[in-house]
Amino acid sequence: MVTPTKTKVEQNGDVAVMRFEGDITSASEEAVLGQYHKLPDKTAKVLLDFGKVPYLNSSGIALVIQLMMAASKSSRKVACFGLSAHFVKVFTMLGLAKYTTINDSETNARSAVA
Amino acid sequence: MKNGPITTELRLPTQLGFEKVAMSTAASVAELMGFSPDRIEDLKTAVAESCINAIEHGNKLNEELSVVVTLTMGVEALEVCVRDHGPGVHREVHAPDIDRKMLGEEDARGMGLFLIQALVDEVEYVSEQAGSYARLVIRLRAEGAAEGA
Repeated sequence: MVTPTKTKVEQNGDVAVMRFEGDITSASEEAVLGQYHKLPDKTAKVLLDFGKVPYLNSSGIALVIQLMMAASKSSRKVACFGLSAHFVKVFTMLGLAKYTTINDSETNARSAVA
Repeated sequence: MKNGPITTELRLPTQLGFEKVAMSTAASVAELMGFSPDRIEDLKTAVAESCINAIEHGNKLNEELSVVVTLTMGVEALEVCVRDHGPGVHREVHAPDIDRKMLGEEDARGMGLFLIQALVDEVEYVSEQAGSYARLVIRLRAEGAAEGA
């Protein structure tokens, strides 16, 4: 029933872009946290692309929070983009905007962590 | 709706992922009623989270049990009841504390009930002899909104 999450990671210097595709739910631990923990040590900035995520539930958002916790411990900056207006509202309601920037484009996300 | 409220009922298996069936059905019903796209998104998240709660905490992932979702179209509101075999929700719902979550002092999960409460107009949790249900109400127009706004 749930579309499995695929994560494509693009590494360019110290910037990693994690492009998620599919649903992000409790079943997405490997796709979110597993892939995050495989990023090379040189990574200082992490961009999360939600543009191809049709369904994100609270368990999926919890994985994003865990990713942000891990990034915070490594002093990595995190920026999100590609979220629908509804999930921008949800992320803001849950307070995630305090620990990540929520951007309307990849360009703006890159600028936010520059 | 000349003959009173119209009800649609779904019986979902206790398996994560099937909340999407309830979510899609609720969205279709809300669309028929004329809900705005942003209200439909709120409803979808609230219904999905209620079903996940019923599957995980109510029925405790027991695949022999079902979750029953009833959608009742009223003139001004859609009522959604999500029934499971658990004892129901007997605690106050608090807004998640992102600072505590980031410090690992609060579970990263546990945001579903808050989202439900924040996204619909009314929520109540009712316990019965054999199970319990969550009752969600989402109005066609937000309370206080001007007519025709």
